[in-house]
Amino acid sequence: MNTENTTDLLGALPLVDEEANARLHDRLVDAAERDGLLDVAYRTFDSPVGSLLLAATGEGLVRVAYAREGHDGVLATLATTVSPRILRAPGRLDDASRQLEEYFAGRRTAFELPLDRRLSSGFRREVQARLPSIGYGHTATYAEIAAAVGNPKAVRAVGTACATNPLPVVVPCHRVVRSDGSLGRYAGGDEAKHALLTLEAAA
Amino acid sequence: MKRPFEQLVTTYGPTVLRVCRAVLGPADAEDAWSDTFLAALRAYPDLPGDANVEAWLVTIAHRKAIDVTRARSRLPVAVDRLPERPTGEGRPEDWDGDLWRALAALPEKQRLAVAYHHVAGLPYREVAAVVGGSEDAARRAAADGIANLRAGYAKGGAPS
Repeated sequence: MNTENTTDLLGALPLVDEEANARLHDRLVDAAERDGLLDVAYRTFDSPVGSLLLAATGEGLVRVAYAREGHDGVLATLATTVSPRILRAPGRLDDASRQLEEYFAGRRTAFELPLDRRLSSGFRREVQARLPSIGYGHTATYAEIAAAVGNPKAVRAVGTACATNPLPVVVPCHRVVRSDGSLGRYAGGDEAKHALLTLEAAA
Repeated sequence: MKRPFEQLVTTYGPTVLRVCRAVLGPADAEDAWSDTFLAALRAYPDLPGDANVEAWLVTIAHRKAIDVTRARSRLPVAVDRLPERPTGEGRPEDWDGDLWRALAALPEKQRLAVAYHHVAGLPYREVAAVVGGSEDAARRAAADGIANLRAGYAKGGAPS
Protein backbone atom coordinates (compact mmCIF):
# COMPACT_ATOMS: atom_id res chain seq x y z
CA MET A 1 0.00 0.00 0.00
CA ASN A 2 1.29 3.44 -0.80
CA THR A 3 1.72 6.00 1.91
CA GLU A 4 -1.64 7.58 1.64
CA ASN A 5 -2.51 11.11 2.44
CA THR A 6 -4.35 11.02 5.73
CA THR A 7 -4.60 14.77 6.24
CA ASP A 8 -8.29 14.71 5.44
CA LEU A 9 -8.92 11.75 7.68
CA LEU A 10 -7.10 13.10 10.73
CA GLY A 11 -7.92 16.71 9.93
CA ALA A 12 -10.24 16.94 12.92
CA LEU A 13 -7.21 16.76 15.22
CA PRO A 14 -6.00 20.35 15.45
CA LEU A 15 -2.40 20.68 14.26
CA VAL A 16 -1.73 23.41 16.76
CA ASP A 17 -3.97 24.29 19.66
CA GLU A 18 -2.42 27.50 20.99
CA GLU A 19 -4.57 27.68 24.08
CA ALA A 20 -3.86 24.10 25.12
CA ASN A 21 -0.16 24.51 24.41
CA ALA A 22 0.04 27.64 26.54
CA ARG A 23 -1.85 25.97 29.38
CA LEU A 24 0.37 22.89 29.22
CA HIS A 25 3.51 25.03 29.14
CA ASP A 26 2.46 26.81 32.34
CA ARG A 27 1.67 23.49 33.95
CA LEU A 28 5.10 22.15 32.97
CA VAL A 29 6.84 25.18 34.45
CA ASP A 30 4.96 24.76 37.75
CA ALA A 31 5.76 21.05 37.93
CA ALA A 32 9.40 21.62 37.02
CA GLU A 33 9.77 24.29 39.70
CA ARG A 34 8.09 22.06 42.25
CA ASP A 35 10.35 19.09 41.42
CA GLY A 36 13.53 21.17 41.34
CA LEU A 37 14.04 20.57 37.61
CA LEU A 38 13.96 24.17 36.44
CA ASP A 39 17.70 24.80 36.29
CA VAL A 40 17.42 27.98 34.22
CA ALA A 41 14.31 30.16 33.93
CA TYR A 42 14.21 32.98 31.40
CA ARG A 43 12.08 35.74 29.95
CA THR A 44 12.62 38.74 27.77
CA PHE A 45 12.15 42.28 29.00
CA ASP A 46 11.38 45.22 26.73
CA SER A 47 13.58 48.14 27.76
CA PRO A 48 14.47 51.52 26.28
CA VAL A 49 17.76 49.95 25.16
CA GLY A 50 16.03 47.08 23.39
CA SER A 51 14.87 43.63 24.36
CA LEU A 52 16.84 42.18 27.27
CA LEU A 53 17.06 38.47 27.94
CA LEU A 54 16.91 37.73 31.68
CA ALA A 55 17.93 34.29 32.92
CA ALA A 56 18.03 32.99 36.49
CA THR A 57 19.12 29.80 38.21
CA GLY A 58 17.80 28.79 41.62
CA GLU A 59 20.63 30.90 43.07
CA GLY A 60 19.82 34.11 41.32
CA LEU A 61 20.09 36.14 38.16
CA VAL A 62 22.77 34.52 36.03
CA ARG A 63 22.60 36.35 32.69
CA VAL A 64 21.32 39.57 31.18
CA ALA A 65 21.80 39.80 27.42
CA TYR A 66 21.22 42.49 24.84
CA ALA A 67 19.39 41.66 21.63
CA ARG A 68 22.56 42.26 19.61
CA GLU A 69 24.24 39.43 21.52
CA GLY A 70 21.63 37.08 20.00
CA HIS A 71 19.20 35.70 22.59
CA ASP A 72 18.97 32.27 20.97
CA GLY A 73 22.73 31.94 20.96
CA VAL A 74 22.95 33.07 24.58
CA LEU A 75 20.36 30.46 25.60
CA ALA A 76 22.24 27.79 23.65
CA THR A 77 25.41 28.75 25.51
CA LEU A 78 23.58 28.58 28.85
CA ALA A 79 22.37 25.09 27.90
CA THR A 80 26.01 24.04 27.61
CA THR A 81 27.58 26.01 30.45
CA VAL A 82 24.82 25.78 33.09
CA SER A 83 22.19 23.17 32.17
CA PRO A 84 19.94 22.28 29.22
CA ARG A 85 16.96 22.23 31.60
CA ILE A 86 15.90 25.67 30.45
CA LEU A 87 12.32 26.93 30.26
CA ARG A 88 10.67 30.23 29.53
CA ALA A 89 9.38 30.86 33.04
CA PRO A 90 8.79 34.56 33.74
CA GLY A 91 7.70 34.03 37.35
CA ARG A 92 11.22 33.54 38.66
CA LEU A 93 12.19 36.85 37.08
CA ASP A 94 9.39 38.96 38.53
CA ASP A 95 11.70 40.77 40.97
CA ALA A 96 14.37 41.41 38.36
CA SER A 97 11.78 42.73 35.90
CA ARG A 98 10.20 45.01 38.47
CA GLN A 99 13.56 46.45 39.52
CA LEU A 100 14.60 46.99 35.90
CA GLU A 101 11.32 48.76 35.24
CA GLU A 102 12.00 51.05 38.18
CA TYR A 103 15.57 51.60 37.03
CA PHE A 104 14.56 52.58 33.51
CA ALA A 105 11.90 54.87 34.95
CA GLY A 106 14.62 56.64 36.94
CA ARG A 107 13.17 55.46 40.25
CA ARG A 108 15.85 52.97 41.24
CA THR A 109 19.55 53.63 41.71
CA ALA A 110 20.73 50.21 42.87
CA PHE A 111 19.63 46.63 42.30
CA GLU A 112 18.83 44.34 45.18
CA LEU A 113 18.78 40.94 43.55
CA PRO A 114 20.44 37.63 44.32
CA LEU A 115 23.09 37.10 41.64
CA ASP A 116 24.56 33.86 40.38
CA ARG A 117 28.09 34.75 39.30
CA ARG A 118 29.09 31.34 38.02
CA LEU A 119 29.66 32.58 34.47
CA SER A 120 32.71 34.60 35.47
CA SER A 121 35.83 33.58 37.28
CA GLY A 122 39.21 34.85 38.35
CA PHE A 123 40.23 38.39 37.60
CA ARG A 124 37.11 39.15 35.55
CA ARG A 125 34.89 38.14 38.42
CA GLU A 126 36.91 40.25 40.81
CA VAL A 127 36.56 43.29 38.54
CA GLN A 128 32.84 42.72 38.01
CA ALA A 129 32.28 42.39 41.76
CA ARG A 130 33.90 45.80 42.15
CA LEU A 131 31.63 47.61 39.67
CA PRO A 132 28.58 48.21 41.92
CA SER A 133 30.83 50.41 44.08
CA ILE A 134 30.73 53.00 41.29
CA GLY A 135 27.70 54.97 42.37
CA TYR A 136 24.64 55.62 40.27
CA GLY A 137 25.17 58.60 37.99
CA HIS A 138 28.97 58.41 38.35
CA THR A 139 31.66 56.94 36.16
CA ALA A 140 35.13 55.52 36.72
CA THR A 141 37.92 54.91 34.24
CA TYR A 142 39.32 51.51 33.33
CA ALA A 143 42.60 52.65 34.91
CA GLU A 144 40.89 53.60 38.17
CA ILE A 145 39.23 50.20 38.40
CA ALA A 146 42.53 48.50 37.65
CA ALA A 147 44.13 50.45 40.49
CA ALA A 148 41.19 49.69 42.78
CA VAL A 149 41.59 45.94 42.35
CA GLY A 150 45.32 46.33 43.09
CA ASN A 151 46.58 45.73 39.56
CA PRO A 152 47.11 49.19 38.00
CA LYS A 153 48.76 47.78 34.87
CA ALA A 154 45.81 45.55 34.02
CA VAL A 155 43.83 48.28 32.25
CA ARG A 156 43.17 46.14 29.15
CA ALA A 157 42.16 43.16 31.29
CA VAL A 158 39.70 45.43 33.11
CA GLY A 159 38.29 46.40 29.72
CA THR A 160 37.84 42.74 28.85
CA ALA A 161 36.23 42.05 32.23
CA CYS A 162 33.72 44.82 31.58
CA ALA A 163 33.06 43.72 28.01
CA THR A 164 32.38 40.14 29.14
CA ASN A 165 30.15 41.08 32.05
CA PRO A 166 27.36 38.45 31.99
CA LEU A 167 25.04 40.77 33.94
CA PRO A 168 25.07 44.13 32.14
CA VAL A 169 22.81 46.93 33.45
CA VAL A 170 22.45 45.15 36.80
CA VAL A 171 26.21 44.99 37.31
CA PRO A 172 27.05 48.49 36.04
CA CYS A 173 29.91 47.99 33.61
CA HIS A 174 28.39 50.87 31.64
CA ARG A 175 29.81 53.22 34.29
CA VAL A 176 33.38 52.40 33.29
CA VAL A 177 34.78 54.71 30.60
CA ARG A 178 38.12 55.53 29.00
CA SER A 179 40.54 58.02 30.55
CA ASP A 180 40.11 60.30 27.52
CA GLY A 181 36.39 60.54 28.26
CA SER A 182 35.25 58.32 25.39
CA LEU A 183 32.87 55.53 26.28
CA GLY A 184 34.79 52.38 25.43
CA ARG A 185 33.43 49.01 24.38
CA TYR A 186 30.05 47.80 25.56
CA ALA A 187 28.20 44.54 24.91
CA GLY A 188 25.01 46.48 24.31
CA GLY A 189 26.66 48.83 21.84
CA ASP A 190 27.71 52.49 22.14
CA GLU A 191 24.16 53.77 21.96
CA ALA A 192 22.99 51.64 24.86
CA LYS A 193 25.94 52.66 27.01
CA HIS A 194 25.29 56.30 26.21
CA ALA A 195 21.58 55.91 26.93
CA LEU A 196 22.19 54.36 30.37
CA LEU A 197 24.67 57.07 31.36
CA THR A 198 22.28 59.76 30.15
CA LEU A 199 19.42 58.20 32.10
CA GLU A 200 21.50 58.12 35.28
CA ALA A 201 22.77 61.66 34.80
CA ALA A 202 19.23 62.97 34.37
CA ALA A 203 17.62 61.26 37.32
CA MET B 1 25.65 20.29 22.09
CA LYS B 2 22.19 20.21 23.60
CA ARG B 3 19.36 22.61 22.80
CA PRO B 4 17.56 24.44 25.60
CA PHE B 5 14.59 22.28 26.67
CA GLU B 6 12.22 25.13 25.88
CA GLN B 7 12.97 24.53 22.20
CA LEU B 8 11.83 20.93 22.52
CA VAL B 9 8.56 22.05 24.08
CA THR B 10 7.83 24.57 21.34
CA THR B 11 9.02 22.34 18.49
CA TYR B 12 7.49 19.02 19.53
CA GLY B 13 4.85 19.97 22.12
CA PRO B 14 2.00 20.39 19.61
CA THR B 15 2.80 17.07 17.90
CA VAL B 16 3.02 15.19 21.18
CA LEU B 17 -0.33 16.67 22.18
CA ARG B 18 -1.88 15.42 18.93
CA VAL B 19 -0.39 12.00 19.57
CA CYS B 20 -1.71 11.92 23.15
CA ARG B 21 -5.15 12.99 21.93
CA ALA B 22 -5.17 10.31 19.23
CA VAL B 23 -4.10 7.61 21.67
CA LEU B 24 -6.06 8.63 24.77
CA GLY B 25 -8.79 11.00 23.69
CA PRO B 26 -9.23 14.60 24.75
CA ALA B 27 -9.93 14.05 28.44
CA ASP B 28 -6.70 12.27 29.39
CA ALA B 29 -4.38 13.67 26.74
CA GLU B 30 -3.22 16.68 28.71
CA ASP B 31 -2.27 14.64 31.78
CA ALA B 32 -0.22 12.33 29.57
CA TRP B 33 1.42 15.32 27.84
CA SER B 34 2.36 16.85 31.21
CA ASP B 35 3.76 13.57 32.53
CA THR B 36 5.70 13.11 29.30
CA PHE B 37 7.42 16.48 29.27
CA LEU B 38 8.19 16.46 32.98
CA ALA B 39 9.81 13.02 32.64
CA ALA B 40 11.66 14.21 29.54
CA LEU B 41 12.92 17.32 31.37
CA ARG B 42 14.21 15.11 34.17
CA ALA B 43 16.05 12.76 31.81
CA TYR B 44 17.15 15.35 29.24
CA PRO B 45 20.71 16.00 30.49
CA ASP B 46 21.48 12.28 30.01
CA LEU B 47 20.03 12.01 26.51
CA PRO B 48 22.80 11.34 23.97
CA GLY B 49 23.47 14.38 21.81
CA ASP B 50 22.71 12.54 18.57
CA ALA B 51 19.41 10.99 19.73
CA ASN B 52 16.24 11.33 17.65
CA VAL B 53 14.46 13.70 20.00
CA GLU B 54 10.99 13.25 18.51
CA ALA B 55 11.13 9.46 18.69
CA TRP B 56 12.42 9.75 22.26
CA LEU B 57 9.49 11.98 23.24
CA VAL B 58 6.96 9.69 21.55
CA THR B 59 8.48 6.71 23.39
CA ILE B 60 8.02 8.49 26.71
CA ALA B 61 4.49 9.56 25.72
CA HIS B 62 3.72 5.92 24.84
CA ARG B 63 4.74 4.78 28.33
CA LYS B 64 2.83 7.59 29.99
CA ALA B 65 -0.26 6.78 27.92
CA ILE B 66 -0.06 3.19 29.14
CA ASP B 67 0.16 4.49 32.72
CA VAL B 68 -2.85 6.71 32.19
CA THR B 69 -4.83 3.88 30.59
CA ARG B 70 -4.04 1.60 33.53
CA ALA B 71 -4.96 4.24 36.06
CA ARG B 72 -8.18 4.86 34.19
CA SER B 73 -9.07 1.17 34.17
CA ARG B 74 -8.74 1.11 37.96
CA LEU B 75 -11.08 4.03 38.38
CA PRO B 76 -14.79 3.48 38.74
CA VAL B 77 -16.29 4.20 35.36
CA ALA B 78 -20.04 4.26 35.76
CA VAL B 79 -21.43 7.44 37.22
CA ASP B 80 -24.98 8.69 37.29
CA ARG B 81 -24.02 12.28 36.86
CA LEU B 82 -20.93 13.65 35.19
CA PRO B 83 -18.91 15.77 37.60
CA GLU B 84 -18.57 19.42 36.76
CA ARG B 85 -15.29 19.75 34.98
CA PRO B 86 -13.31 22.97 35.08
CA THR B 87 -11.34 23.81 31.97
CA GLY B 88 -7.76 22.73 32.12
CA GLU B 89 -8.42 19.03 31.90
CA GLY B 90 -8.87 18.98 28.18
CA ARG B 91 -11.61 20.55 26.19
CA PRO B 92 -13.47 17.98 24.13
CA GLU B 93 -14.86 20.73 21.94
CA ASP B 94 -11.33 21.42 20.70
CA TRP B 95 -11.60 18.67 18.18
CA ASP B 96 -14.06 16.40 16.58
CA GLY B 97 -15.33 13.85 19.07
CA ASP B 98 -16.42 11.58 16.21
CA LEU B 99 -12.81 11.09 15.17
CA TRP B 100 -11.87 10.21 18.73
CA ARG B 101 -14.72 7.71 18.96
CA ALA B 102 -13.55 6.14 15.73
CA LEU B 103 -9.95 6.01 16.96
CA ALA B 104 -11.04 4.58 20.29
CA ALA B 105 -12.94 1.84 18.48
CA LEU B 106 -9.75 0.63 16.76
CA PRO B 107 -7.76 -2.26 18.17
CA GLU B 108 -4.99 -0.72 20.29
CA LYS B 109 -2.17 -1.79 17.96
CA GLN B 110 -3.84 -0.06 15.03
CA ARG B 111 -4.59 3.08 17.00
CA LEU B 112 -0.99 3.33 18.23
CA ALA B 113 0.45 2.69 14.77
CA VAL B 114 -1.81 5.36 13.28
CA ALA B 115 -0.88 7.82 16.05
CA TYR B 116 2.86 7.26 15.86
CA HIS B 117 3.17 7.05 12.09
CA HIS B 118 0.44 9.30 10.71
CA VAL B 119 0.17 11.81 13.56
CA ALA B 120 3.73 11.90 14.93
CA GLY B 121 5.29 11.21 11.54
CA LEU B 122 7.67 8.54 12.78
CA PRO B 123 8.93 6.06 10.17
CA TYR B 124 7.64 2.48 10.64
CA ARG B 125 11.05 1.39 11.94
CA GLU B 126 10.69 3.88 14.81
CA VAL B 127 7.04 2.95 15.34
CA ALA B 128 8.10 -0.69 15.73
CA ALA B 129 10.80 0.32 18.20
CA VAL B 130 8.20 2.11 20.33
CA VAL B 131 5.37 -0.45 20.30
CA GLY B 132 7.40 -3.63 19.82
CA GLY B 133 7.11 -6.09 16.97
CA SER B 134 8.46 -5.82 13.46
CA GLU B 135 8.54 -2.93 11.04
CA ASP B 136 6.21 -4.86 8.72
CA ALA B 137 3.74 -5.45 11.52
CA ALA B 138 3.74 -1.74 12.31
CA ARG B 139 3.15 -0.92 8.65
CA ARG B 140 0.26 -3.39 8.46
CA ALA B 141 -1.30 -2.15 11.70
CA ALA B 142 -1.18 1.46 10.48
CA ALA B 143 -2.67 0.49 7.09
CA ASP B 144 -5.44 -1.54 8.72
CA GLY B 145 -6.11 1.28 11.15
CA ILE B 146 -6.43 3.83 8.37
CA ALA B 147 -8.66 1.48 6.35
CA ASN B 148 -10.91 0.98 9.38
CA LEU B 149 -11.05 4.70 10.04
CA ARG B 150 -12.00 5.35 6.43
CA ALA B 151 -14.70 2.73 6.57
CA GLY B 152 -16.13 3.67 9.94
CA TYR B 153 -15.52 7.39 10.24
CA ALA B 154 -14.72 9.13 6.99
CA LYS B 155 -17.09 7.36 4.63
CA GLY B 156 -19.91 5.81 6.56
CA GLY B 157 -19.98 8.47 9.23
CA ALA B 158 -19.09 7.73 12.82
CA PRO B 159 -20.55 4.60 14.31
CA SER B 160 -23.32 5.67 16.61
